Amino acid sequence: MLMSIDSISKSYNAFPNPPAKVLHDVTLNVDTGEAIGLVGESGSGKSTIAKCMLALIKPEEGAITYDGIDVIHARGEDLRRFRREVQMVFQDPYGSLNPRMTVEELIGEGLLIHKLEPTAAARRARVAEMMEMVGLNPNDMDRYTRSFSGGQRQRIAIARALVIRPRILVCDEPVAALDVSVQAQVINLLQDMQKKLNLAIVFVAHDLAVVRHLCEKIVVLHKGKVVEQGTREQIFDNPQMPYTQSLLAAVPVPDPVVGRARRAARRLETAN
Amino acid sequence: MKTVHPLPDAASVVPVRQPLISVDKLTVDMPLGRSGSSVRIVDGVDFTIGVGERVALVGESGSGKSLTARALMRLDRLAKLSGRVDFDGTDLLKLSDRDMGKLRGSSIAMVFQDPMSFLDPLMTIGDQVAETLRIRGIGKAEARKRALAVLDELGVDRAAERLDAYPHEFSGGMRQRVVLAMALVGEPRLLIADEPTTALDVRVQDQVLDLLDDVSTRRGLAVLFITHDLGVVAGFAERVMVMYSGRIVEDGEVASVFAKPSHPYTQGLIKAVPRIDQDLNTLYAIPGAPPPPLARPSGCPFHPRCDQRFDRCGVDLPALQPVGMSRVACHLLDGKGA
Repeated sequence: MLMSIDSISKSYNAFPNPPAKVLHDVTLNVDTGEAIGLVGESGSGKSTIAKCMLALIKPEEGAITYDGIDVIHARGEDLRRFRREVQMVFQDPYGSLNPRMTVEELIGEGLLIHKLEPTAAARRARVAEMMEMVGLNPNDMDRYTRSFSGGQRQRIAIARALVIRPRILVCDEPVAALDVSVQAQVINLLQDMQKKLNLAIVFVAHDLAVVRHLCEKIVVLHKGKVVEQGTREQIFDNPQMPYTQSLLAAVPVPDPVVGRARRAARRLETAN
Repeated sequence: MKTVHPLPDAASVVPVRQPLISVDKLTVDMPLGRSGSSVRIVDGVDFTIGVGERVALVGESGSGKSLTARALMRLDRLAKLSGRVDFDGTDLLKLSDRDMGKLRGSSIAMVFQDPMSFLDPLMTIGDQVAETLRIRGIGKAEARKRALAVLDELGVDRAAERLDAYPHEFSGGMRQRVVLAMALVGEPRLLIADEPTTALDVRVQDQVLDLLDDVSTRRGLAVLFITHDLGVVAGFAERVMVMYSGRIVEDGEVASVFAKPSHPYTQGLIKAVPRIDQDLNTLYAIPGAPPPPLARPSGCPFHPRCDQRFDRCGVDLPALQPVGMSRVACHLLDGKGA
């Protein structure tokens, strides 16, 4: 087991109201090389879990352990190693990349911070190699992000996260802001990287069809609690909890015959 | 009444509908800053929506789908429009601002994506829904009564009590019902819905779609539904128009377009969406990205991304032409080298 999250709870201040508890006793594990999907509606706490996994916020209760490191209390060398080995990709590739940095600076920043490549030439080589890997042209290294499309920017964000060879990549809705025709490119890239680098991916998303496509393990969240977790087959073919069932039934299917039959069946059920 | 419309099977006769709105060679130019130059976002769009027909307009960001819809209501003051938009025998593009204003809300109404930014936080729900009627000179008591009736129709619980509530007291789905009520209270004949379910969770989205389905059937209301979600299109619309780079590239009955898409872009879009009900395999990805309107490629705007292109595609712009019961803009239909 690479990372374990053990019954964490988290509240946000809501002054003058009492603090709002957004996570209740959440437990889940991430294994090396596996893609795990956190799904749920808005307010289910899926992004809060992702932030806890990245040590961007700290839960009040429970423990998070990454490869022997107590993440919540980590300092010094332990924290540095954690920050190097657990990386993230955000939803909005327009807001998460500094417009004043070139692609080389953006992708190479991690190498510099973690002192992984001592010379500029070596860094440049690593950046070029990484760009090639995610399907970008290394000749574009000196350009700024404004001239890239949304899909290319998300590739830059992925390259930036992967260049320092993390073992876990946490992605919070990485394709939600992308066009349909480009979304598939980024999903395929993530899948490819997972296999090539034996990378664990934590994929936070509300689109269940995308999660089913990418993740072998699924955690279903509702109001800050884990409703159900299991393998892709368990959750999608044989969901046990009524909440999971209702969530799956509501996913629209891009096929008029199947889609309408599903809706008709569901309406019959709610009418009875 | 809860019914889902059965799909017309391929052999059945397509019902002939009275046209409600006919759009002919519509173009929309948006100014570029204060330079005096402009950019053509919508590049000659033709279509007709019949009375009570539910049509989906699908496209990616920048394809011009929203601006096309907004042009029907002449919502963008800075936009330069040309072409014809016939609604019930009048050309909307020739109407005075005053007459156009009268039409908005009473003949054509619109709902937008984000219900929270559309609602006034300082005004009660009842007043906001009734506003459309009040502007038209209907008395306070009568307007309130009709607002209540619409909210009831749209399934807002305890609507009578909640007329005096404020938007923040409503959940996302309920707010979208309120926005819908504001659009429907003037009894329009065409409702333009611009990504009305995109910001909603799947289960709420599903409820809103059911609601739209019911209202459109009950009232004989035509709906132009703008979305990028093919799943929503398949479950809701009777006809789908696909836009790419400011033009319609395919237009046809939902059943036949999904079963046998003709345009390579439509084919790619359908293959690129992961489906919850199918075996897992590698997703088909359309290479590249949609072109920005200032740098449209020559010939067919899709040709740089198309895996079936041939020499003519980079030169000639294909026209939208009838193919069976659909319309498609692609040179492949004339045969290669023709």
